[in-house]
Amino acid sequence: MNALLDIAGLAKRFDIGGKRLLHAVDHVSFTIGKGETVGLVGESGCGKSTLVRLINRLLDPSDGSIALTGADLAKIRASGFAGNPNRKRIQMVFQDAGDSLNPRFTAAQAIADPLRRLAGLSGAKLTARVEALADMTGLPRDLLTRFPHQLSGGQKARVGIARAIAVEPELLILDEPTAALDVSVQVVILQLLQTLKRELGMSYLFVSHDLNVVRLLCDRVLVMYLGKIVESGPAAEVFADPKHPYTKALISAIPQAEPEKRLGRLRLSGEPRSPIDPDPRVCRFYGRCPKGEPRCSSDMPVLREAGPAREVACHFA
Amino acid sequence: MVAIPALAVEDLSVEFRTRSGVVKVLDHVGFTVEKGETVALVGESGSGKSVTAFAVMGILDAAGKVTSGRAMFGGSDLLAQSERDLAELRGRELSMIFQNPRTALNPIRRVGQQIADVLVRHGGATRPDAPREAIKMLKKVRIPDPERRAEAYPFELSGGMCQRIMIAIALACRPALLIADEPTTGLDVTTQAVIMDLIGELGRDSGMATIFITHDLGLAAEYCDRIVVMHAGHIVESAPSRALFANARHPYSAKLLAATPGETASLASLVSIPGGLPDLRRADLPACRYSGRCERLTDACAQPLPHKTVGERHDVACWNPL
Repeated sequence: MNALLDIAGLAKRFDIGGKRLLHAVDHVSFTIGKGETVGLVGESGCGKSTLVRLINRLLDPSDGSIALTGADLAKIRASGFAGNPNRKRIQMVFQDAGDSLNPRFTAAQAIADPLRRLAGLSGAKLTARVEALADMTGLPRDLLTRFPHQLSGGQKARVGIARAIAVEPELLILDEPTAALDVSVQVVILQLLQTLKRELGMSYLFVSHDLNVVRLLCDRVLVMYLGKIVESGPAAEVFADPKHPYTKALISAIPQAEPEKRLGRLRLSGEPRSPIDPDPRVCRFYGRCPKGEPRCSSDMPVLREAGPAREVACHFA
Repeated sequence: MVAIPALAVEDLSVEFRTRSGVVKVLDHVGFTVEKGETVALVGESGSGKSVTAFAVMGILDAAGKVTSGRAMFGGSDLLAQSERDLAELRGRELSMIFQNPRTALNPIRRVGQQIADVLVRHGGATRPDAPREAIKMLKKVRIPDPERRAEAYPFELSGGMCQRIMIAIALACRPALLIADEPTTGLDVTTQAVIMDLIGELGRDSGMATIFITHDLGLAAEYCDRIVVMHAGHIVESAPSRALFANARHPYSAKLLAATPGETASLASLVSIPGGLPDLRRADLPACRYSGRCERLTDACAQPLPHKTVGERHDVACWNPL
């Protein structure tokens, strides 16, 4: 598969004063193929959001490269990216459409904004495109004149999606797009995303901690823990046979209706280690890991191959 | 043997007066929770889950008014209590855990003091003893290094840790009834599992009755003995968790289950629920508030809602159940 996005050795360290550095994203490498949906999972504070903000160029990386078919985006400064022709190739759907829409913009204005700024549309062409996008995302046209507070959660989510796909991005980053929705609405939005991806040939980076949703939507999944990718592979395989102890714990945490399936589940105790100046020799999961042997505190496991298309960073996997 | 339930809500109706009319938020709602039992209230947003809990706790918004019903708790009706008596009960006999622990905790008071405050106000502890008791509670909710954490402010703690503090506060005086309103929304799945295990364990140990409000059916199924399904201010079905999953009888419960992502379902096999909640301000609300969305609508559905018992502790409010 042709890689659309190729990330190599990407790192972000925040200076928190006193010569201390917070390692939010620590030398992460992965690819996203054309038309592929990649899920990014991990607990809050693991660096998912920082990674997303590096990719869509809201933050400047400390190290590494972000190649989007040919262009190395890491070389473009975040402050100048808005005017860069690559801007419209990556778009984002935010977690809570209610908070991410401008409350003073009608639905039509919200969708028109990126078209005006990035595609240079105006007049009748702009109106026609906005209406076409409303049709595509299943937003009734008569709602286009409404403000966000006059729309339901599902309708706002549709506006958020319409606005993101307006300039026909190649990569769409979705940050928990359905977390604020009821299950009945969530289904419709997830199915809409699936259809749009097929029709428009986009690639998705899908950030979520709802593992049941990741399993449904994603081809491949990346598991992140404290700034590092600890496991990656085809979604179905990772869920059926997780190799890293953290992935095992994540999957164990999915609620089970049937008591028989609750046996032998792994529960994590304690809190993650500090991301401030971490010891490069110690496995990030050490101390919380049920396995944890002396070797884990003197020799950091690196991501290595573990079967076809699968990688894991653990000495014992 | 018929045990006296820890809480029996009977015929509860609540209205909200708004500028655009009276909203009939709860309509003759009734359910019971036994001692040591965990009951889930599930439904979409706007179904009346939280309003039910708020009415029982006596903390409804000023615009909300209880227009009928009782909430029997330990021989007395909570809805008839004076504010003064309720204030005595809350924190001691009745406790609540809120959705967002960080906003529910006092941001400028050390968490150990916040637990101590409850112990002094409701638990009969003396000021000098309270800090030690508070640390004991922190140990109970498995906060590592409790002596040091007691000195922390909420902003210094993670979301999971703050929720444990909330639980410690809620359980400090061994309440007979705990209401947990979406206690794990916004927490990671791994933290969610640990918090839910903890609530379950502490509940079992002390014979506490728990009402667990959620829109996550999967979570309700794992952690609750029974599930009460609400839709637009009505209870449409209540059943033991396993029975509901195996054999949902109300069309709405079945749709809700079919929309919940589970283990085997593919995205295409999930089905959304057509339509939305009816406008609860309407004067001519149909007897069955689901009828506008229902595929099994019959002529009988215009009659007042039935309450059919279809199995062991399994009730459904539908004229044409599955």
